[in-house]
Amino acid sequence: MNLSMSSVESLVAQIHGLSSNIGELTQLRNYLKQCDDLLRTESTRLAPLLTELDPSVHSLGYLYILEACTSAPISKDQANKLVLSVARFINVCAAEQIRLAPEKFISICKRLMLQVMLLEDPMRGVAPLLTSIRKLQSSTEQLTTLHPDFMLLCLLSKCYKIGLSVLEDDIFEVDLPRDLFLYCYYGGMICIGQKQFRKALELLHNVVTAPMPIISAIAVEAYKKYILVSLIHLGQFATSFPKYTSSAAQRNLKNFSQSYLELVNSYSTGKVSEVEKCVEIYKDTFGSDNNLGLVKQVVSSMYKRNIQRLTQTYLTLSLQDIANTVQLNSPKEAEMHVLQMIQEGDIYATINQKDGMVRFLEDPEQYKTCEMIERLDFSIQRIMRLSKKLTTMNEVMSCDPSYLGKVGKERQRFDYDDFYTVPSKFTI
Amino acid sequence: MEPEDNAAGPVIGDEEIHANGRDESDSQRHRPIISGEQLDIEAYAALYTGRTKTTRLLFIADKCGAPSMELEALRMAYDEIKKGEDTQLFREVVGKINGRLGPNYGLDDAWADAVDRRAESRKDKLENELNAYRTNLIKESIRMGYNDFGDFFYAHGRLGEAFKNYVRTRDYCTTSKHIIHMCLNAILVSIEMGQFTHVTSYVGKAEQAVDGLDPVTIAKLRCAAGLSHLEGKKYKLAARKFLEVGPELGNNYTEIIAPQDVATYGTLCALASFDRSELKSKVIDNTNFRNFLELVPEIRELINDFYTSHYASCLEYLGNLKTNLLLDIHLHDHVETLYEQIRNKALIQYTLPFVSVDLNMMANAFNTSVTGLEKELEALITNDQIQARIDSHNKILYARHADQRNGTFQRALQTGNEFDRELRAMLLRANLIKHDYNLKAPRKY
Repeated sequence: MNLSMSSVESLVAQIHGLSSNIGELTQLRNYLKQCDDLLRTESTRLAPLLTELDPSVHSLGYLYILEACTSAPISKDQANKLVLSVARFINVCAAEQIRLAPEKFISICKRLMLQVMLLEDPMRGVAPLLTSIRKLQSSTEQLTTLHPDFMLLCLLSKCYKIGLSVLEDDIFEVDLPRDLFLYCYYGGMICIGQKQFRKALELLHNVVTAPMPIISAIAVEAYKKYILVSLIHLGQFATSFPKYTSSAAQRNLKNFSQSYLELVNSYSTGKVSEVEKCVEIYKDTFGSDNNLGLVKQVVSSMYKRNIQRLTQTYLTLSLQDIANTVQLNSPKEAEMHVLQMIQEGDIYATINQKDGMVRFLEDPEQYKTCEMIERLDFSIQRIMRLSKKLTTMNEVMSCDPSYLGKVGKERQRFDYDDFYTVPSKFTI
Repeated sequence: MEPEDNAAGPVIGDEEIHANGRDESDSQRHRPIISGEQLDIEAYAALYTGRTKTTRLLFIADKCGAPSMELEALRMAYDEIKKGEDTQLFREVVGKINGRLGPNYGLDDAWADAVDRRAESRKDKLENELNAYRTNLIKESIRMGYNDFGDFFYAHGRLGEAFKNYVRTRDYCTTSKHIIHMCLNAILVSIEMGQFTHVTSYVGKAEQAVDGLDPVTIAKLRCAAGLSHLEGKKYKLAARKFLEVGPELGNNYTEIIAPQDVATYGTLCALASFDRSELKSKVIDNTNFRNFLELVPEIRELINDFYTSHYASCLEYLGNLKTNLLLDIHLHDHVETLYEQIRNKALIQYTLPFVSVDLNMMANAFNTSVTGLEKELEALITNDQIQARIDSHNKILYARHADQRNGTFQRALQTGNEFDRELRAMLLRANLIKHDYNLKAPRKY
């Protein structure tokens, strides 16, 4: 059916007219939904319409039309234009309006990402996607479908710091589990890149222990990285899963990561030669998983851990002895390692080059400063907030009818002490 | 188990406690350190009776490594076996001797066959008697019958069957004395067989029959319990049991253990596992145990030295006794562990009173090199048995006491972080499950 000029005009008029408040916007949305097919068939002719609409005021209408415009496959030179127009729209659109049609918004963002990747310039997509996430989220605790895409772009364009800033937010609401897994996996990789191993461990842990009926490739890859990061950060790896891990994960994840578990075994011997031998054997597996860099970091963390153990036993130690105990080749190498560790803040020590001695010092932190008090206070506040959140969640769930229905069926029929107003047989 | 000999050093009276181990040049204390002489096998064997004598002699022959001693032990074993009726053991010994002791100590088939024939006929006789008793249903006779069977099998070296028969008497025991008799037999056989779980259970059973217990039996039971704990590597419990053995034991339990053994086992286990106060109250001040210690003066010296911090001489005594201790069937597997534990205890006790210790002096006190000492101390520090740090440059050991306040802050912050992390992860998981549930249960209300 041909979209006559009149219906186009009426469309624009509708958009203009119904964009002022939320009631009208809902009406507009329903109207636009009905016109969806029309829009789609006339996608090529819709471009001039966009000029008549103001994206910041008529975001919802603009969104629909823009989405229909871009749904057709386009050539590479047009891609640039598309990227610009979508990015511009994202920047100026009104958040409440686009939240009424999230699927459309998500689809144009995904298209943006696709084009940006085709143009092989992922950095162009980073800022728009960041804005889009902030606009789409109903709260900073919500994970949208765009989060993993954003993370991917950050990874590809090496804009790690921006990725980290988004990772700072705690996520509590998730729409699709797959989004969460991808988000945590990419997020973990970003943290590894920035050497924030604690956060990486946390994110990867969430993937590995998330409830999942069957395991996915994401979980398998995440588990491999989880093992490596655990070795680097904690110096050990607990092969037993926590109780809340899904049974599918518990049964199957280990089968896919045999070489990594072998690495764990060789690491626990405490000898660098053992670990290097193991790495040699499984070099191809590690390489094909793109984990060689991490594995090299595991090996160097072994030296660190051995030196750290020495600080527990010795007050002063000669560089020669350090080299011998940790199996380094010369006192010079030992000096290099110790120097690096001091700089990174892993140990507290002073090197006396004249005598070739290292003196290990205690942690100078006395826990007496104002900053420390502030830190403690902040921690306490945070935990109180979290606890409150937990209590609210508990209360909400206790009022949930489906929960009550299930509990009600199992409740005893006669309870003399309490008098429940909820009937024992609860049918909804 | 050390040489049944007479070299006892002059009794060490109240010594001034040296702050840093013993002083080599101190001429006041002239203590001839007994260089562990070779075990006098005859004297040693004379301490025991019965089957254990033979077993011990064979064990010595196996482990001693010196052909002269080996042949001596085998010869005595042969003589001992000939007095008994165990042909199986006889053939074993002959095989081991292998003709080295001349024609008198060869395979005496005639004797063996005679013994076997006698055994057969005796066995038939016993069986008939037992059947007769069983048909007559006289409890006491049946009990005696099974007992005799047990004795018979034991004499012939068939320990498993002996055990079974002894245990069968349980149903026919009427008085506590019977029960104790049965338990003691069962214990004897179990020890010979090396099944110490049975030993523990039968000791327990016997101790419940209170009215039948006289001091000698109590002492015997305690020895047996101590032995089973020793085998189970529970040195503290073993020490306690051995130290509770009263002097009434005397020579009444030589079919298993000699009083010298009680002293040795008890002391070594106590040294390895007791702390200082327990050592003083249960060993040094224990009047009952003193009787046993008199039999083994070296062990007595050992303990005194340890308590008075003369570690070098203590460890020297230990070193000298080692060869002979390794020839003891019960202690053989535990000598190394016990020695290590005693040495570690000595090291720990040495460093305990000081804020700083000069490693050179300490190495002298323990008769070892500074590097070796450093390695040992490193191991102890890593295991958290000594709270100290080593200044390797100046060779000093500094005591180090963890700062409680800092530690508390650190732990508090860490716990807070962990709680934070766990809680967030949990809320996330709950959300995922809710999402899953919502998908699966589209039945909305």
